[in-house]
Amino acid sequence: MRPFVFERPTNISAAVALVSSFADGRAPTQADVQFIAGGTNLADYMKLGVARPRRLVDLNDLSEPALRQIRISDGTIRFGALVRMGEAADRGDVKRHCPLLAESLKFAASAQIRNMASLAGNVLQRTRCEYFRETSWPCNKRVPGSGCAAMEGLNRQHAVLGTSDACIATYHGDFAQALIALDAVVDVEGRHGTRQIRFAKLHQLPGDTPDVETDLAADEVITAINVPFSEWSRRSRYLKIRDRESYAFALASAAVALDMDGDTVRQARIALGGVATVPWRARLAEEALVGKRLDQSAAETAADAAFAEAKPRRHNEFKVPLGKRTLVRALIETRDMKV
Amino acid sequence: MRINGQVYNLGLDNRTSLLDALRDHVGLTGTKKGCDHGQCGACTVLIDGKRVLSCLSFAVMNEGREVTTVEGLASADDSLHPMQQAFIDNDAFQCGYCTPGQIMSAIGCISEGHAGSEDDIREYMSGNLCRCAAYPNIVAAILQARDEMRRA
Repeated sequence: MRPFVFERPTNISAAVALVSSFADGRAPTQADVQFIAGGTNLADYMKLGVARPRRLVDLNDLSEPALRQIRISDGTIRFGALVRMGEAADRGDVKRHCPLLAESLKFAASAQIRNMASLAGNVLQRTRCEYFRETSWPCNKRVPGSGCAAMEGLNRQHAVLGTSDACIATYHGDFAQALIALDAVVDVEGRHGTRQIRFAKLHQLPGDTPDVETDLAADEVITAINVPFSEWSRRSRYLKIRDRESYAFALASAAVALDMDGDTVRQARIALGGVATVPWRARLAEEALVGKRLDQSAAETAADAAFAEAKPRRHNEFKVPLGKRTLVRALIETRDMKV
Repeated sequence: MRINGQVYNLGLDNRTSLLDALRDHVGLTGTKKGCDHGQCGACTVLIDGKRVLSCLSFAVMNEGREVTTVEGLASADDSLHPMQQAFIDNDAFQCGYCTPGQIMSAIGCISEGHAGSEDDIREYMSGNLCRCAAYPNIVAAILQARDEMRRA
């Protein structure tokens, strides 16, 4: 591991100032200075030589209380950036208002990792593509322009949606699927002040620059995640299908929230995990359901729409039928929830 | 940092994981290194009472915190923690390598309130792998210790 300087600022402005003075204009993923909170993703990647920061800015001593609080008011749940996944998953009021949020956290990682990982760090986690993790392989995300070994390699875990000729690495996060489905907004602070980013605009498709993963600049830190909810978001759930029943990334998952008028869909929110390069809102599937009676056939039509643009490769063709069946089951189970 | 109630002043390279600090610098080798990448749970310890993976935490990030390892569980008179005794009573291990992590994680599982049923225990203990597959006996041990810890 490359040696690094360790900094422990005690407020957000100091953290931003520290990072600003060392950020060099490159994408945050490539910058020499990195924020660390839980460390569950970054420490692992530093051990593997995938991340090679020269300076770590530890956010755990920031004194602003709101960073560690979950506040619910006026139809919004505000998660402080340093709230740990486990705490948010266990909150009774989060479960009650938005089961989808709590379930997406409960079924992620392990209890130990959920105790460590911050919510903001969780949404910014990097892919576990095997070729990204192992530095002897070419990888456009790790070393821009070096190529992609996954294209013709063992790509069973890889994405079928949102891919490009440069990268097919899956975005593995679960919480992010709930956030994009519910139209969350993140609060960000940087050297130019504060701003808000719609969650749907936070992550960027790989395109020709898979090393650029988010809209954030290297000096910007997420301070909070705001999730609007309403009466109908009680009818929501997160279905995650894995190789083993727990502690594994999704092969396919579906985040679903339904606004129902009897059997008929007023509004549907759908996001798909395990199958795409970024948190994935399935808007075509949502539109296919609006005004329809939600039965098996309508759910299958929506699932077909969700995967119409899928581009499977040699080893991940199974994700298209699996992803569709996952969505169909999630839709039917969400319809049948007693709320 | 405080480890098992005792203050340690350590001068460490920033790159040292909490796991390596415990094993190689403090000499507490009860905490085990399995995968060293957060996938197996063998290195589980409690920090400020919460179970975490010591392999994924830099030691320097734990300055001022309270760390509890498996060595800190038995009482001063050497009587075992109910969870340790329950692992023995239920034959909850074969090779024993994952056991310190299982025990620390199980204590966390109970204190978090996630040991209500066998299904809950299996779900909330999924971060601790046992390649000898002593899982049924581990669940039995946790149920026994849960009831004893509640009575205590």
